[in-house]
Amino acid sequence: MQLLNTLYVTLPDAWLRLDNDTLRIEVERETRLRVPLHHLTAVVCFGHVGLSAPLMHRLADEGIALVLLDANGRFKARLEGAVSGNVLLRQAQFARGADAAYVLDMARSFVAGKIKNTRQVLQRGAREAKSADEAAVLIRRADDLAASLRVLPEATTLDTVRGVEGEAARQYFSGLPLLVRPDQREHFAMDGRTRRPPRDRFNALLSFLYAMWMNDCRSALEAAGLDPQVGFLHALRPGRAALALDVMEEFRPWADRLALTLINRGQVQADDFDLREGSVSLQGDARKSVVTAYQERKKDEITHPLLAQSLPLGLVPLVQARLLARALRDDAMPYLPFVPR
Amino acid sequence: MDPISLSALQHWKYCPRQCGLIHLEQAFDDNLHTLRGQAEHARVDQPSVQSTKGVRVERALPLWHDTLGLIGKSDVIEFLPDGTPYPVEYKHGSRHKAPAIAACDDLQLAAQALCLETMTSRAVPEGALYYASSRRRRVVPITADLRKDVADTAQAVRQMLASGVLPSPLVGDQAAQRCKGCSLQERCQPQATPLLLAAARRSLFDPEA
Repeated sequence: MQLLNTLYVTLPDAWLRLDNDTLRIEVERETRLRVPLHHLTAVVCFGHVGLSAPLMHRLADEGIALVLLDANGRFKARLEGAVSGNVLLRQAQFARGADAAYVLDMARSFVAGKIKNTRQVLQRGAREAKSADEAAVLIRRADDLAASLRVLPEATTLDTVRGVEGEAARQYFSGLPLLVRPDQREHFAMDGRTRRPPRDRFNALLSFLYAMWMNDCRSALEAAGLDPQVGFLHALRPGRAALALDVMEEFRPWADRLALTLINRGQVQADDFDLREGSVSLQGDARKSVVTAYQERKKDEITHPLLAQSLPLGLVPLVQARLLARALRDDAMPYLPFVPR
Repeated sequence: MDPISLSALQHWKYCPRQCGLIHLEQAFDDNLHTLRGQAEHARVDQPSVQSTKGVRVERALPLWHDTLGLIGKSDVIEFLPDGTPYPVEYKHGSRHKAPAIAACDDLQLAAQALCLETMTSRAVPEGALYYASSRRRRVVPITADLRKDVADTAQAVRQMLASGVLPSPLVGDQAAQRCKGCSLQERCQPQATPLLLAAARRSLFDPEA
């Protein structure tokens, strides 16, 4: 298993074409970049990017995902090659999706993974807090999350599980601003999670990072032969990749951590954002540095507790998608979210 | 009866789960070994006929056995002057393999021999495995035991495909010897055993675990 690159094209008016076994990026007929196709697992285009049909054919042949996002990172379209994967797996996935007890159990797992990982974010923040007061607040929030985790097994309906998840998210996001470096808090204040559109810089940054994680989770599910639309925790809705959203829950805290790192190290600054009548979005140049930081973060080696092996963070969604596929096919294999120790 | 690919027999003998992943779940990943194997086969994979010293050599000849329900393709079949087919299967690596691993190659060769017997109505008493690194042939007599093994394995594979159930990973010594050479190891996840997963699941809702 190899971590291949995702090519993110954020340059407006870039033109992508096939050049033998490489992908060539041109701007105004001038070559800016050439990437060998065998280094790529996906090509993600933001906004107004053009590409040639021969390149699209080749990407489809090679199983390289082509994803089109709007300039803000919202999903537009995706090119997929011939449907691969295994129909028996999908059949099992659909059958499990129709089994209320199983759906409930899976929903509990996804939420538990998210809560455990968000709790670690706050606990680390408490350890590193400069003031005792703030450390105490963070510990209290972490304890709230522990309580949410403990009630999950007793949740007997999907709505209850979603309620626990929502409450945990509120507790978590009320603590998260304390992890922002004090001199940046004015610019990166947040009052809970807002989206569509994000109403502050912190949320705009989160939305952008979540969109990239979302794409990677979706690609991982497709690579494992699963249908990304048939989920458990998230309700089925046309056009919604519910399973990708389910799997992504356990990875959100990684996006949050990266957002904090970018803010605290000054890699993303207040004037990197466009503010328009209360809605906030990340500017073009800043998007590029966020994308680079995300790609770098995916190379970080981490230990997967179930496989007892070290692997780059960027491969974990694929590992999780495969564990999920096993769980759906085999009663003896429960799904375990990725919770590093 | 849907025919089974000859390679499935070899996969089953190596590891039933590998066979299930490839032939039931249609999954395949390459590693160094499989890429070497492909490079080795690229030479013999082009259909062609060639004659030297009265021996006609067929490459990439389609093979089948209707009764056993097998299909496949040969690497090399030599037709001896008296018309007896002599299958030669190309394998990368050295001919000094562990006996249990070599037995997987023998099985695949024997299955080819049985196909050739029904196709040509001639007895095929012998074949050979050609090992690329050693550049040597190892002659394999097509014994009664091997013939029975072909039929039994074909049946086992067919049952697995019909049940739709993926076999469990290898355990113990077999796992130690075979998993590390398997290109599907990362897909198979043999380390994530049901026991380990069940234990991890029990501690999932414990904040301190």
